[in-house]
Amino acid sequence: MKTQLDALSSFIVGLIFGIGLIFAGMTDPSKVIGFLDISGLWDPSLAFVMAGAILVGLIAFRFARNRTMNFLGGTIRLPTKNDIDKRLIVGSLLFGMGWGMAGFCPGPALVSLGTGSSKALIFVISMIAGMALFEGMERVMRATDAATKPIDAPAIPQ
Amino acid sequence: MILDTLHFNPGMSLLGGLLIGTASALFILANGRIAGISGILGGLLRPTSGDVIWRVAFLLGLIVAPAVLSPFIVTVIPTIDAGSTTLIIAGLLVGIGTRYGGGCTSGHGICGLSRLSPRSLIATLAFMGSGMAIVFAMRHLLIHA
Repeated sequence: MKTQLDALSSFIVGLIFGIGLIFAGMTDPSKVIGFLDISGLWDPSLAFVMAGAILVGLIAFRFARNRTMNFLGGTIRLPTKNDIDKRLIVGSLLFGMGWGMAGFCPGPALVSLGTGSSKALIFVISMIAGMALFEGMERVMRATDAATKPIDAPAIPQ
Repeated sequence: MILDTLHFNPGMSLLGGLLIGTASALFILANGRIAGISGILGGLLRPTSGDVIWRVAFLLGLIVAPAVLSPFIVTVIPTIDAGSTTLIIAGLLVGIGTRYGGGCTSGHGICGLSRLSPRSLIATLAFMGSGMAIVFAMRHLLIHA
């Protein structure tokens, strides 16, 4: 029952999020690029979208911080990571490049997929491929980490 | 109702933002989770039991949003300038980058900034900075090259 409620609530949240993106015009890549193009005819729309979202978010997360249980009886999972490292910065820089090139970030791309846009489909498939590539790289990195560890151990005389 | 997103419409942008904020608020308070879309999608590529259905449900909600709105609202179909090659490269960069950096516009940009997280602020400045740089390069440098 909990799983179904969790899924139903997730669906409704995704739907509200998607409707918000459509109302905000964020499913139009030219509007996003218009925000990023500071030397052109700057379109500040995205700043208004973020201001509206963060306004509600500030209140909600302030409330969430003092709670441990969510409304459905589970736990509230707030991120615990605080480190500002190479991964965060390099990853975000790469993401921004792709975002600027296409005018799509993950949310609006998925909503546009629902309009039947073939360009959004190309983008989403590549994005999933990129995520799969990341998973693969992570697995190789972990395997090499594990494989290189014994080198630190004292060599066994032959 | 016709939804004109082509022209600058700060009221509509703000309203859309409030809805996105409401969705993020509901998600943390009702489901106890961060509405970070790259993480929700990317997590499906590392599936663990009991952790799949809610992800699929959330993503389905996003995808059906245009269909749910269509009886009430006529939206202008956006023109996407980017060609297939650009879209493929951009998609790969977004996929790798968001997973490596631990979030996208929703997870870092909205939820992270709402939590006043310094980590998310740095991430947001980084992706907005590189986004602005690439748009500048593509629009104002390459055309003249």
